Amino acid sequence: MLKGHQTWVFERKPVIASTAAVVGPFEGRGPLADDFDIIHGDSLLEQDSWEKAESTLLEEAAKIAIERAGVTKEQVQFYVGGDLLNQITSTSFAARTLSIPYLGVFGACSTSMESLALAAFIVNAGGAHYAMAGTSSHNSSAEKQFRYPTEYGSQKPPTAQYTVTGAGAAVLAESGSGPRVTAATVGRIVDMGLKDPFNMGAAMAPAAIDTLTAHFRELDLGPDHYDLIVTGDLAKVGHAIACDLIEKHKLPIDLARYQDCGMMIYDYDKQMVQSGASGCACSAVVTYGHLMRRVREGELKRILVVATGALLSPLSYQQGESIPCIAHAVAIESAAVAEGGA
Amino acid sequence: MANKKLKKLTPVQQEYQKAAKLREPKRPVFLNCVRAFVTGGLICVLGQAIQQLMIHWGGFDEKRAANPTVAILILISVLLTCFGVYDKIGQWAGAGSAVPVTGFANSMASAAIEHRSDGIVLGVGGNMFKLAGSVIVFGTVAAFVIAVIRLLVRGG
Repeated sequence: MLKGHQTWVFERKPVIASTAAVVGPFEGRGPLADDFDIIHGDSLLEQDSWEKAESTLLEEAAKIAIERAGVTKEQVQFYVGGDLLNQITSTSFAARTLSIPYLGVFGACSTSMESLALAAFIVNAGGAHYAMAGTSSHNSSAEKQFRYPTEYGSQKPPTAQYTVTGAGAAVLAESGSGPRVTAATVGRIVDMGLKDPFNMGAAMAPAAIDTLTAHFRELDLGPDHYDLIVTGDLAKVGHAIACDLIEKHKLPIDLARYQDCGMMIYDYDKQMVQSGASGCACSAVVTYGHLMRRVREGELKRILVVATGALLSPLSYQQGESIPCIAHAVAIESAAVAEGGA
Repeated sequence: MANKKLKKLTPVQQEYQKAAKLREPKRPVFLNCVRAFVTGGLICVLGQAIQQLMIHWGGFDEKRAANPTVAILILISVLLTCFGVYDKIGQWAGAGSAVPVTGFANSMASAAIEHRSDGIVLGVGGNMFKLAGSVIVFGTVAAFVIAVIRLLVRGG
């Protein structure tokens, strides 16, 4: 089970019975539009606040994932999730509607993989027959809480990132067929002293590298083990820095197989997103929508998703604190590879 | 204690920050200045045009024409904010659309719209000056200091 200092190997390989991704209109105009289950035309989702809209996104993703897994919500023992808002209200309110026993977690944008790792741990330990992981973020509610009002005309620097509006959910099962979660590495906080909330990619890149280093060392893996390694939301700036660090520390990672979710979801030529995407939903919808389709189709056999999170608050920023960052890695194998024992 | 330590960066942190800086695209300062100059200038030209209209057709003298001019500029800015256009202009124009009176109107209108869902009193009322408040505070303090200096230099 525990391998090394911070890595879990799941012997029973929990099955990802289903995944779902729901997004807003802006994400629907990006290159991954075909991989999302619902693309909303209105970012308010006919609700009367951004926060309610975010909750609704998560409810929808959860309902689709549960339905697709062929179960009812009464059969799902636990729901593990979180989001970016204060007191993770979007997730808790969605959990109120779902009425599934609920564990709220907060890891900022790393919540997607933090919740998946915990759900996998619960299923692997026999703690549940079915467990769900789900997370959400909303561009406008995040802007409202962390930055300025959405309609305020401030100029963002080229290092800024655009929070994804969307929600992703995955239902894990103890048996069945489908891609499987095989391992997870829980990250530790890395703080390089950066303070600029408009440059989170640079702040988070060292945390991603720290977790990647631990993952490859503790599982003793080589560069050809994973077909694809993605980081959560480092975007252009953070991705470039992460590539530098991989080379500098001589990690066994092939840079041609390393991408970033924050660079995949939007079209840089047509959409004004500066450095790229961010938010809990960034890694969630890219993984649960886009990457899982490629894993199911057999195009990708083994992937590692390293979701990165910047654990700051508007208050900590105003008080001059630097940004503590974290990254959690989850390894997913396609059904053929996991069941073939290869 | 921990906080003080963080303020003095470790060698590893310093080295990383130096390396990370190389990967950061710089703010295009010169281009931003040109854009701000053009947009800010255009807003002022628009204001001047409105003022001339007020003087020629509105029956205001040169001094009193300033009031309806500012009111019209604020109305235009609030409308553009409500239609979701002003923030797009702001990303392109930077200080050009933030510094004139239209930017001040945008900061208040955007905060009011944003917090409408949190109620009229605590939401709109309590947050409308969230961004504009500091402009008013420091504007008043600066005006007071200047007035004191003027009093001391010119003796009233």
